[in-house]
Amino acid sequence: MKGATFNGYIRPDGSVGIRNHVVVIPTVACANGVADMISRSVPGVVSLMHGHGCGRALEIPMHQRALAGLGENPNVAGALVIGLGCETLNAQLIASEIAQTGKPAEFLIIQEQGGSRKTAAQGIDIVQKMLETVRNMKRTPCSLDRIVLGLECGGSDAFSGITANPAAGLVSDWLVDRGGTVILTETTEMIGTGHILSRRAKDKDVADRIVQIIDQADKRTHDILGELASLVIAPGNMDGGMSSIQEKSLGCIIKAGSKTISEVVDYARAPSEKGLVIMDGPGYDIESLAGLAAAGCQLMLFTTGRGNPAGFPIVPVIKISSTTRLYKAMEDDIDINAGEVLEGKSLEDVSGRIRDCVMDVLNGEQTKAELNAQGGIVCLYAMTPAF
Amino acid sequence: MKPNVIIINPQDNVAVALFDIPEGSPVLISGDLEFPALEDIPFSHKVAVKDIPAGKTVRKYGESIGCAGEDIRQGSWVHTHNLKTEGGRV
Repeated sequence: MKGATFNGYIRPDGSVGIRNHVVVIPTVACANGVADMISRSVPGVVSLMHGHGCGRALEIPMHQRALAGLGENPNVAGALVIGLGCETLNAQLIASEIAQTGKPAEFLIIQEQGGSRKTAAQGIDIVQKMLETVRNMKRTPCSLDRIVLGLECGGSDAFSGITANPAAGLVSDWLVDRGGTVILTETTEMIGTGHILSRRAKDKDVADRIVQIIDQADKRTHDILGELASLVIAPGNMDGGMSSIQEKSLGCIIKAGSKTISEVVDYARAPSEKGLVIMDGPGYDIESLAGLAAAGCQLMLFTTGRGNPAGFPIVPVIKISSTTRLYKAMEDDIDINAGEVLEGKSLEDVSGRIRDCVMDVLNGEQTKAELNAQGGIVCLYAMTPAF
Repeated sequence: MKPNVIIINPQDNVAVALFDIPEGSPVLISGDLEFPALEDIPFSHKVAVKDIPAGKTVRKYGESIGCAGEDIRQGSWVHTHNLKTEGGRV
């Protein structure tokens, strides 16, 4: 195993980035074009385009927090927020929340700057200045207790719960033992395991909250989908050898290892505790990644059985395949093949390779998703329709 | 011989088949435990690695996934027909 320190970028608030991005954050989808104009004009700048920011009254606090959280993510060195002017989310508020971390954060309002071209021109000036500062930042040795690792499984197969997820679980335990933080999310995929996860809670409040969020996810799925809920929760599970929803969910939560659960946070909320944390959130991979990034994860492990190339614009995502068949079929997208467990390698061996990969990525080595520029647009969770 | 099942947690009394295991052929766990499959075990399904008396806990991932609905003998296929689950829902 490699050393317990890595070289990262220390931010003014003490958090540590493993990447050094300057980002442009549109408050609303109407501002995506301007954000895109800026990032296309300035290499090295990333725009976090998304489809929200207006028309969803009930999601305002969550989306406001999510966008501020993306700017606050330790992998971000500086942020420019682009508002339209008449949307419900507030660009100035988002920029001021990001600025509380001590990082440079500014905002521009398209309707006040005189349109898209003028806003883009001003924005280009701002991010170029930010980039000049960022280029001089150096990596320095940091302890692993600064790391917040997000967990995601997407496109699972019958082997995900046997190979990739248990191997990831050993990595989660390893990081928690070194004082780090691990976030398990996708509440839908915890259905049936409330009594198991709550036994691992640090106290009764956390235990009650675990049971509550899983019950809510179960109820919501059935209220909205009725009989179809089983298709969402457990397609083909019985044929795949799962005897119950609980057994299937155990195969999902095993990626979070075996440690005490110290806190439950809402979607896109940063944990205040270290150790293993649960974030209430949807089972949809891409919304999960956004929530984890907004919660401050600098790195994510993404296990996959069917193969998913998705990354996230500001957070390296390490892909772990559940089978050698998938690894060979999508080698350009997969960083680690946990399918070797099926060929006689131990879970410890495979988890050791994931740990080595984690250390390399913390120190700056690019993941396959980064090499493939699999950033894509940011998908935020929303529980209500747009009006 | 290469193992044809995996035990995910040392506390488990079921293993997961890595291949289809036909009735009568050996179940191999990390080379050191071997017993015959009492029936066909489809790949990715569970096989009992110990006798599990009716009513006793069936463990996978080190956790209870339900209790034996009947006496389950070592080498038996374990699935919805002989496993009573806590939630009762699939």
